[in-house]
Amino acid sequence: MSAMLELNNVEVLYDDVILVLRGLSLRVEQGSIAALLGSNGAGKTTTLKAISGLLDLEDGAVTDGTIQFDGEEIQGAPADQIVRKGLFQVVEGRRVFEHLTVRENLIAGAYTRRDRSELPADIEAVFDYFPRLGERRKQHAGYLSGGEQQMLAMGRALMARPRMLLLDEPSLGLAPLLVRGIFDIIQRINEEQGTTILLVEQNARLALSIADFGYVMENGRVVLEGSAEELSGNEDVREFYLGLGEVGRRSYRDVKHYRRRKRWLS
Amino acid sequence: MDAFLQLTVAGLSTGMIYALVAVGFVVIYKASDVINFAQGDLLLFGTYLIFFNIVQLGLPWTVGVVITVIIAAGIGLLIERTVLRPLIGEPVISMIMVTIGLSSVLRALTNALWGPQPRAFPPFLPGGEVSIGTATVAADRLVAIPLALGLLALLALFFRYARDGIAMRAIADDQLAALSMGISIPRVFAVAWGLSAVTAAVGGMMLGNIVGVSPSIAAVGLRVFPVVILGGLDSIGGAIVGGAIIGLLEVYTGGYIGHGLNLIVPYIVLILVLMVRPYGLFGKEVIERV
Ligand SMILES: Nc1ncnc2c1ncn2[C@@H]1O[C@H](COP(=O)(O)OP(=O)(O)O)[C@@H](O)[C@H]1O
Ligand SMILES: [Mg+2]
Repeated sequence: MSAMLELNNVEVLYDDVILVLRGLSLRVEQGSIAALLGSNGAGKTTTLKAISGLLDLEDGAVTDGTIQFDGEEIQGAPADQIVRKGLFQVVEGRRVFEHLTVRENLIAGAYTRRDRSELPADIEAVFDYFPRLGERRKQHAGYLSGGEQQMLAMGRALMARPRMLLLDEPSLGLAPLLVRGIFDIIQRINEEQGTTILLVEQNARLALSIADFGYVMENGRVVLEGSAEELSGNEDVREFYLGLGEVGRRSYRDVKHYRRRKRWLS
Repeated sequence: MDAFLQLTVAGLSTGMIYALVAVGFVVIYKASDVINFAQGDLLLFGTYLIFFNIVQLGLPWTVGVVITVIIAAGIGLLIERTVLRPLIGEPVISMIMVTIGLSSVLRALTNALWGPQPRAFPPFLPGGEVSIGTATVAADRLVAIPLALGLLALLALFFRYARDGIAMRAIADDQLAALSMGISIPRVFAVAWGLSAVTAAVGGMMLGNIVGVSPSIAAVGLRVFPVVILGGLDSIGGAIVGGAIIGLLEVYTGGYIGHGLNLIVPYIVLILVLMVRPYGLFGKEVIERV
């Protein structure tokens, strides 16, 4: 297997002083789904923005390390070039264009496409994945429900025909039933289109249920990694991210010690 | 009654030109939050360019118009590239200050090239008068109305269907999301300035035709403020209504009351509207889901 995406010791600074990623490394195999887990503030969104070139807008920058997409270094490249290379991020919080119709949102997603004549067929393909969107194609996106907006955010991404998708908390603020539907479609996109996916989630159980591999982040670093099964079985992950602790609640410190010791031994 | 009809045609013709120039102003504002204080000077420059092409070079007016449009687009792109683009990422206020500087530069340039005196201008819109019932109205003004409306309709189509038009609306809605799909801010800025300069020049050509060529034409740049505030910043339809209201108010107060009130009334209306509807008559609804 070859790596579609590889981050090596990536460091990110905001405003020249706030160090948020402290030597982060991870790798996503071609055609796989990788989950990036971690609690609020761990640096997951920052990681995705570093990859997709969106740090600029917030005065952030990759100050060390390399990011390779399909064998080519892309750290520091402008966002539009990265999209053109086939890497597309679905940003956190849906962020649909509220005053554009569903259809116009999809056309905006295809902004970098040169084969404009194929757009109508691709729009129909998105409506196949998300029939709700098809029913509302002429409505302004601002009037869609939260679930429909998430579908639109993903549909917009599909319109770019990316080889790799970065998804930032697609379950955020959605009812559990809807979330299951969205995750089924993420899995279908991966299987049917062969799209490589890096999925950021707070809901670890859900993410690991469709992922091949997972990383757990804390304080701007990867602290744990393994196949989805390994992580699902891991004590720390079970306790802190799956809510399945066996030994009762231990303090956060204890777990840190435990983790450190384990690493020491292995 | 005849006077009313004449005034109405006069008001609508300048009103539609205002609307056209206002849309150019709004395009820049929506794409980059920049208030372009040089809009009136771009218009002025367009007026003198067409004068230069037709009178000083002796070109046929069709060729003159095309060349003016091309040069105007080039100037818009050049301004964006050299003056505005280096400021992307800086506070918007610095870009706005730059447009004030730009306004002085353009005005000085126009003055240096063509002097301050009004110029005679061979009209290219049909001259003479047309009878409507018992009234006679100036043909050039009558023609200006559908002409401006047609151009506004073209712009509306551009924003609805063209790739860059949709991208411009997208970037106005959510910059981060727009960037994430590869929409390039510099490109959108460039298209905005190109379009804006062209609408200003076209407005300037039409106005020069109707009222003659003189530096006072730049004052139309100030007229766009009441127009965009009345019409809201969000639709071409709004700009048309705003332009019509301001244009008509001007001529009605000028024609029926006089005393130079026509220069003030639009701004009085503007203040009244802002007191009642801070987002203008057609401001964008803020979408709130429940
Ligand atoms: N634009 C920014 N400027 C400064 N600090 C930021 C910025 N964005 C995020 N941070 C900080 O970086 C850390 C990681 O944030 P983020 O990447 O959003 O985490 P996550 O997505 O895992 O919740 C947080 O401490 C946050 O306060
Ligand atoms: Mg986040």
